[in-house]
Amino acid sequence: MTVIDPSLRQQRREQTLMVLLASPAALVILGLVIVPVGWLSFQSIYDGGFTLEHYRRIFSEDIYWRSFALTFRIAVMVTLITLLLGYPLAYAAVRARRPWDVLILACVILPFWTSVLVRAYAWLVLLQRTGVANQALRNLGLIDEPLAMVHNELGTVIATVHILLPFMVLPLYATMQKIPRDLLMAGASLGGAPAHVFRRVFLPLSLPGVIAGTTLVFVLTLGFYITPELLGGGRTVMISMLVSRNVELYNQWGAASAVGVVLLVCVLAIFAAVNRIVPLDKLLGQK
Amino acid sequence: MTRALLPRIAFGAFIGLVLLYLILPLLIIVPMSFSGTRFLTFPPPSFSLRWYQEYFGGMNWMQATRMTALLGLLTVLVATPMGVAAAYAITFGKGRLLRALHMLLLLPLIVPIIIIAIGIFFIYARIGLISTMTGLVLANVMLALPYVVTSVVAGLQSFDPTQEMVARSLGMNRLRAFLTVTLPQIKPSVVAGAVFAFISAIDETIIALFISGGQYQTLTKRMFIALRDEIDPTIAAISTLLTTASFLLVLIATSGQKKAV
Repeated sequence: MTVIDPSLRQQRREQTLMVLLASPAALVILGLVIVPVGWLSFQSIYDGGFTLEHYRRIFSEDIYWRSFALTFRIAVMVTLITLLLGYPLAYAAVRARRPWDVLILACVILPFWTSVLVRAYAWLVLLQRTGVANQALRNLGLIDEPLAMVHNELGTVIATVHILLPFMVLPLYATMQKIPRDLLMAGASLGGAPAHVFRRVFLPLSLPGVIAGTTLVFVLTLGFYITPELLGGGRTVMISMLVSRNVELYNQWGAASAVGVVLLVCVLAIFAAVNRIVPLDKLLGQK
Repeated sequence: MTRALLPRIAFGAFIGLVLLYLILPLLIIVPMSFSGTRFLTFPPPSFSLRWYQEYFGGMNWMQATRMTALLGLLTVLVATPMGVAAAYAITFGKGRLLRALHMLLLLPLIVPIIIIAIGIFFIYARIGLISTMTGLVLANVMLALPYVVTSVVAGLQSFDPTQEMVARSLGMNRLRAFLTVTLPQIKPSVVAGAVFAFISAIDETIIALFISGGQYQTLTKRMFIALRDEIDPTIAAISTLLTTASFLLVLIATSGQKKAV
């Protein structure tokens, strides 16, 4: 493209220049992602000598199993809920007329750019025993006793869904927007009922967005840390908390590293599988 | 379309509820920040500016805020040129190596941050970078690079590279051709990348929990500790200010760009 003189030497020089231009950024990633993660992987199998003891413990001790099971359960719940809420929302944003589509997108994007800490605080205020949600439910006569909605799994799920809903809606919206209106009209003019056209034309064409959104949400939930730490009340120990506790409280680097490696392998396996359907750079461009 | 009114109303109501769920937590912090009491009752029994006073008058809060703003600025200054150079190479270079580099630069978005955080904590502890500005800036540059690269690659893809070649064939050297011909045309994407880098740096919490401390404790780390140990309404005041600030920044970032986010 940028080769002016098509001689081989020129091409070489061009190639070297490009690699040089990219190298400072690459070195930063190398030093602060590859090296630390590599070191952790080494540490997970080396403790004075090579050992698989840390992995054996992960797969045999209850506390690890429970944490992994809890994390995957929460990830499945959060993914399903965000899809159930996000798909209609994206659909409405694509189909709505002018002021409404902007309003919907604004409501999705504003929280997206608000600090996770700010939102955790807001949910603590809303969901606590004497909070707004409990007061409202009591005034409506739906409950007598305040519900325990925070400092547990429920609070974690409510806040996590809130934080990750934009990651579902934005890829869905981007995909749905590219579906030509003509196709839907053609379907309708050929006599298809709206529900039929939706199921046979719109839904299949929106699937790449569904895959991108569900992957992002699922993987991000697996690694969630701040929300369960602040809203889980100490009992909702997700994988990431297991990692940090092993380091901070018990100084168990080997155990922390092994848990981290297992989490990383899960995440990479999911991305690798999805990469065959939706290219990774497309997927992450949504973030 | 008009024949089924009831389902449409039900659908509208459902959308309305979801939007309320999305936006309510953001709206609730504003009145909470003006509360006159310590307790988290809503609506607040009385109104005051005491939590704003607490924040602006608190030495520790101010120190953390100044330090975080500086951190954001330094991150942008380092990450933007690095990211632009890398994006240029990825867009116009060829070969497997550069494609692999593109993937490498997206890694911070793929690897769960908690793993990167303890890894960096371990490395920094060895080389004495814990609780230093250098260490924090480096870590935040790493996190910001994917945003800058993604944004600038998108900008460069809609730019016609022959323009730069024309400038060079007219005798400009490559750097000048880039600065005077290419850069002005991809400016919106560079600005957007820089703003996202800034927001990412001032918002970053997990790595800061491990590697920031003492004089170099970030605002987010202080907030996290305040939230975990006892819920201090000062957080509501800070939250309101932070939210306002990040909306203004996003407006700046997206006003020049056609595509938001």
